[in-house]
Amino acid sequence: MDLLEYQGKELFARHGLAVPKGRHAARVEEATMAADEVGYPCVVKAQVRTGKRGKAGGIKVASSRDEARQHAQAILGMDIRGFTVHEVWIEEASKIAAELYASVILDRSEKKLLAMLSAMGGMDVEQMAERDPNALVRRHVDSDGALDPRVGRELAERAGIDEDVRGGVAEMLAKLCEVAIAEDATLIEVNPLIVTAERRVIALDAKVTIDGNALFRHSDLAELRDVSAEDPQERMAKERGITYVKLDGDIGILGNGAGLCMATLDVVAQAGGRPANFLDAGGGSRAEAIVNALEVIASDEKVRAILFNIFGGITRCDEIAKGIIEASKQIEIGVPLVVRLDGTNAEEGLRLLAEADLPTLHQEKTMLGAAETVVELAGG
Amino acid sequence: MSIIVDENTKLVVSGLTGREGSFHGLRNRDYGTALVAGVTPGKGGQDVDGVPVYDSIAEAAADRGANTSMIFVPARFAAAAIDEAIGAGIGTVIAITEGIPVHDMLKTYWKAREAGVLLVGPNCPGVLSPGKANVGIIPAQFFDVGSIGVVSKSGTLTYQIGNELKQAGLGNSTIVGIGGDPIVGSDFIDVLELFEADDETELIVMVGEIGGDAEERAADYIAETVTKPVVGYIAGFTAPEGKQMGHAGAIISGSSGTAQAKKDALEAKGVRVGTSPTETAQLAAEAVAAAR
Repeated sequence: MDLLEYQGKELFARHGLAVPKGRHAARVEEATMAADEVGYPCVVKAQVRTGKRGKAGGIKVASSRDEARQHAQAILGMDIRGFTVHEVWIEEASKIAAELYASVILDRSEKKLLAMLSAMGGMDVEQMAERDPNALVRRHVDSDGALDPRVGRELAERAGIDEDVRGGVAEMLAKLCEVAIAEDATLIEVNPLIVTAERRVIALDAKVTIDGNALFRHSDLAELRDVSAEDPQERMAKERGITYVKLDGDIGILGNGAGLCMATLDVVAQAGGRPANFLDAGGGSRAEAIVNALEVIASDEKVRAILFNIFGGITRCDEIAKGIIEASKQIEIGVPLVVRLDGTNAEEGLRLLAEADLPTLHQEKTMLGAAETVVELAGG
Repeated sequence: MSIIVDENTKLVVSGLTGREGSFHGLRNRDYGTALVAGVTPGKGGQDVDGVPVYDSIAEAAADRGANTSMIFVPARFAAAAIDEAIGAGIGTVIAITEGIPVHDMLKTYWKAREAGVLLVGPNCPGVLSPGKANVGIIPAQFFDVGSIGVVSKSGTLTYQIGNELKQAGLGNSTIVGIGGDPIVGSDFIDVLELFEADDETELIVMVGEIGGDAEERAADYIAETVTKPVVGYIAGFTAPEGKQMGHAGAIISGSSGTAQAKKDALEAKGVRVGTSPTETAQLAAEAVAAAR
């Protein structure tokens, strides 16, 4: 689960990390009042789960109440790379002497947390590494998450950070490690981490990803879960507990198991089609689940044909067939449905489907054959 | 020989009294796996269809000689159950549970390593050595006895490939589902090493998917160490860019984690990569025929 910037900063503040004073707001009036409280000059920042907000015009400095209102008006409701801005964060403007970079992330290869530091903050970390690979210093952290202050200072020195703030930077990095452990974060990125004109070290941004599997022990963070999914199908799927990812094609896909479902998208693309979604029906896949899934897929107006690719392991194909037949009674599926059933009880499933004789249903024996048929039907 | 599970496996199931645990545990027994005990704290002394249940893994190991543990307990208690198996001296732990917090697995991973325990999973379908033992949820009917080793991040995709191999008249030494979680006990490399040393395995099929860089690392390992032919498959060419790791994830691994990057890495080291599960099974059949 990705936190918004201000949620990340509030989390930092709770752990005693220095962040600029600020307030969040969802309406223009609220934003203007927040700006008054924070004082001028202040910065109005769009709160969306995507980067490069500044370039998109989502971050503006306001030196007066009127300017704050104007900026809030312009930014709230703005579209940034496909994300609508529903909230802004108003914070005190900082006097920046230097921009650094700090992060703590899960290194899944080494099975450890990795702390990283650079004196070249503010820009994209990939650009930074490209420009000068040595500018990014790295250090793995033990699973207890403790980063010795001396180690932190040494990293700061290697990164070429000014001597007078190395202690502050080391302390910041150690605290970021603590936050990662305490809050079950898999990524914490502070870019930029700034040194102010007064030589204070402050987190000017916060990009935090919390492990969704650990939310049961963080009820405060669980409440922040993004319920305002942008897309109507994704919202519908979320409400029904279905694993669904919207894509921009016109062929609806339902598979069982994430791997098989991804493979299905791939063979459809290879056959010249464009998948409209990823939907993993999971293990159970009883009639009700299939009705739910088909409703979500079919509610996407772009969908012109649907492919059902099932390999029954524990899941029985006759159960799936019953689900499809049941679904076709309950909902109107206005587009062709290509069904490929293989594995446990596939013959029985295919027999049931043949008997039901559904007008828009096409059976296919193989995954590749099914992909070709669905692409043809979507194009026709 | 086969790897990880075989006729010497003596299985204890943590969570045997649960719905899923009993369903799959008893299926494994029906297949011929020696299911010697179940463990559920507070339910010691009961039995599940004749299988004795203990309060702790240590008791089950002492009393019944269990050497392999399968974890079927709910996610929030699962890491502790794995730790318990490690502490009880169990040599092989296969964790089926999905949704275990990643920070729990970080700690448990190193406990297993330090104790020299072979941990497979979590969030994996388990391990099947056809004709010998099945530990997990892999439907055994799609796999025959044979000489192809399969190591995979995905469940259903593996069944699909196994079924196509079976139709081509080919069987398997062992099928290992390593799981797709960020932190898994055994990576591709760990399993490749076991297959390389296994005299029953002639060829290895490796099934990967987007995310992380386990496939890229496996490609290097194959080039340096594996003498047996390897055929690959990668799922997720059409998947939207992963959001979870962000840019910083790509920086440490030096790879974007995309399906294309993984395919390129494998092919650069001479591993043939199928474009579909069907083609992958065909490539494996060709490679076996060529080797004979």
